[in-house]
Amino acid sequence: MKVDIYERFWMWGATVMIVGFLTAIVIASVTQAVQPPSHMETIDPATVFTDSEFANPGVTIHDDGSVTVVVRSELYVFYPRTIRVPQGRPVTFRMTSPDVLHGFQIVGTNANATVVPGYVTEFMITFHEPGEKLIVCNEYCGLSHHLMQGTLIVEPAGAAAPSSTTEAETP
Amino acid sequence: MSHAVTGLEHEHLDAETVGALVNPSPLDIARRDRFDRFRLEFHNFGIAIGAFGLGAAMAVMQSLSRADIDLPFRSEKMYYLSVTAHGVLLALVFTTFFIMGLGYLLARLGFGKLEWEGLAWASHWTAVFGSSMTALAILSGSSTVLYTFYPPLQAHWSFYVGATLLIVGSWGFCAVLLRTFIVWKKENPGVPTPLPAHGMVTSVIIWILATSGLAVEVVGMLIPWSLGLIDTVDPVVARTWFWWFGHPLTYFWLVPAYVVWYTIMPRHIGGRLFSDHLTRVVFVLFILFSTPVGFHHQFSDPGIDAKWKLLHTVTTYAVMFPSLVTAFTITASIELAGRLRGGRGLFGWLRKLPWKDPLFASVALAMVTFGVGGFGGAINAAFAMNTMVHNTAWIMGHFHLTVGTATALTFMGVSYWILPRLIGRELAFKPLATLQPYLWFLGMILFAVVNHVTGIMGMPRRVFSGQFQGSPVADQWQGLTVLSAHGGIVLFVSSLFFLLVILGTLMVGKKIEPPSFDFAIPVEGQPERAGLWDRFGLWTVVAVVLIVMAYAYPIAHLYGMERFGSVGFKPF
Repeated sequence: MKVDIYERFWMWGATVMIVGFLTAIVIASVTQAVQPPSHMETIDPATVFTDSEFANPGVTIHDDGSVTVVVRSELYVFYPRTIRVPQGRPVTFRMTSPDVLHGFQIVGTNANATVVPGYVTEFMITFHEPGEKLIVCNEYCGLSHHLMQGTLIVEPAGAAAPSSTTEAETP
Repeated sequence: MSHAVTGLEHEHLDAETVGALVNPSPLDIARRDRFDRFRLEFHNFGIAIGAFGLGAAMAVMQSLSRADIDLPFRSEKMYYLSVTAHGVLLALVFTTFFIMGLGYLLARLGFGKLEWEGLAWASHWTAVFGSSMTALAILSGSSTVLYTFYPPLQAHWSFYVGATLLIVGSWGFCAVLLRTFIVWKKENPGVPTPLPAHGMVTSVIIWILATSGLAVEVVGMLIPWSLGLIDTVDPVVARTWFWWFGHPLTYFWLVPAYVVWYTIMPRHIGGRLFSDHLTRVVFVLFILFSTPVGFHHQFSDPGIDAKWKLLHTVTTYAVMFPSLVTAFTITASIELAGRLRGGRGLFGWLRKLPWKDPLFASVALAMVTFGVGGFGGAINAAFAMNTMVHNTAWIMGHFHLTVGTATALTFMGVSYWILPRLIGRELAFKPLATLQPYLWFLGMILFAVVNHVTGIMGMPRRVFSGQFQGSPVADQWQGLTVLSAHGGIVLFVSSLFFLLVILGTLMVGKKIEPPSFDFAIPVEGQPERAGLWDRFGLWTVVAVVLIVMAYAYPIAHLYGMERFGSVGFKPF
């Protein structure tokens, strides 16, 4: 097949660019475990309100300093409505929904996951800056979708630990 | 001669019209013959443009609502209902009918005739009936599930059944094109497929591969679920089948636009196609890589292993390659035209191009826009970077640059080329047609580029209001949403111009001898023999193997997990 010399250059350039992008992605994924939330765990959506974990969502600080945040996303609220986590520590979010799909996006961070009824969404993130963040639902869930929001407060490392080890909030 | 004809209608006919009926001029005969030959195409284009008009009218209200500009009738119910209608009417109805019209046209011209034209008409009316059923379901308020209709949001059963009939109608179109291709091939052994028809056969194969996944979701899960025959469906399984369909869908939109860029536009502006061979390679690569990529729409989903998402990232990047080749080939073809028109120097050829011609302007602006949209797409597909943009306004900006401009603006541009050839009338309101592509481009710069910015700032897509109860973060994007609303208004004006030109041409366009349909001639001349890149059967088999490799294990694994389905919800 006869291909113009400039077009050959272009095609090699395109190939190099694509391979370069992919190499960067694969290296970050393999060496730094940079990957999207892909947890494999299921739960019956009919039992979410009686489940030992999701009936009492909240923040737990473990002895080793790591933090687990359990969030129940439902029409049109995130429980707990306000999440307090310490700065600079790995935080594991665990979430599910008793009704439809929701999105859980902490604006200004790269925490962004889909919450699916029947499944547990889990991902880990460390917040390096203290301050208050807006949490929004970014998956259409019904007529009040745009009102579904929450607050994340990252407390400075020097401050006293959050008031209680488990901060549950029940509607 | 009034006594010779009975009936009141005759009294309204003037002598000239009667004369024309009794003794038609050669011009009238030529115009009527042309129209009769392409009646099927005309009907498909007509439905497409009607759906475009309705969908565009809904859009302007949405962009104003997102900017919190109060309008009469603004309500949550109206907003989400119209987002659903806008998506279905434009992304599914407008595109599918336009592609069916273009496919019948290019196959009929390339292969010399259409087989099974009766099936084509039956499919047309099936698709019209189905689209109307879905549109009514949406407008009644019973199916505000958006055009992605993710369960457990549950629409009225007629929403799913109507959409299925639209797809069934499009399968009839696929059968007609493939049958015509096979018959032509038997009659013309060893002859390379005419290039425009090669592109449309490519689109048809992509569509069949894509819609097989959608059929499993809608026929196998959503229809029985909405009728109450089964109680629950699994949302991740449904999303997996949906995105099996959802990404090749975008290539079903894009490849026909590429066919216009490669085979119609260069000839129209007095140039040549830079490479026939590479065009065929590009089309075949789309058959191979457009389907095994769906997980890049599900990066943030649970239930799918990250390794499989990474594999789909690789195939998604592979599908960038044919588009990058297209960027070179089309630009080179345009440069050739500029030089044949007397342009000199490094950039002098640009000035010689027919910038006032609406087809050329549409394609050129569509290409520029697609360049931006394409690189945005590389970010969407970038495994971990996706988390910065997933479900934000960025995504909305992205697909308004790609399907909303690369495809839609090309389709509008080529309508200006096709319509005079179908009905034998000159374009009416030419200044509006000249201005229209530039207005669309300007509107999209305001609308889509600004949405990319607000998306990066964190604003979610598909929201009635972007205020979030006065959150300080949300305050930062308020001014930008107003700017994007201005873009929405400019786009609406552009749509009106397009509709006015089309209606004006139909009704008052000057009658002319219908121009011929001419296609671009390659620089190296027409290929003499069919080669490797004409072997659609072979490439389809390779595509199926790739799809099985990309999907068999993760889907089997999903079905094998202990899963709990969801009952339907209707929070609208």
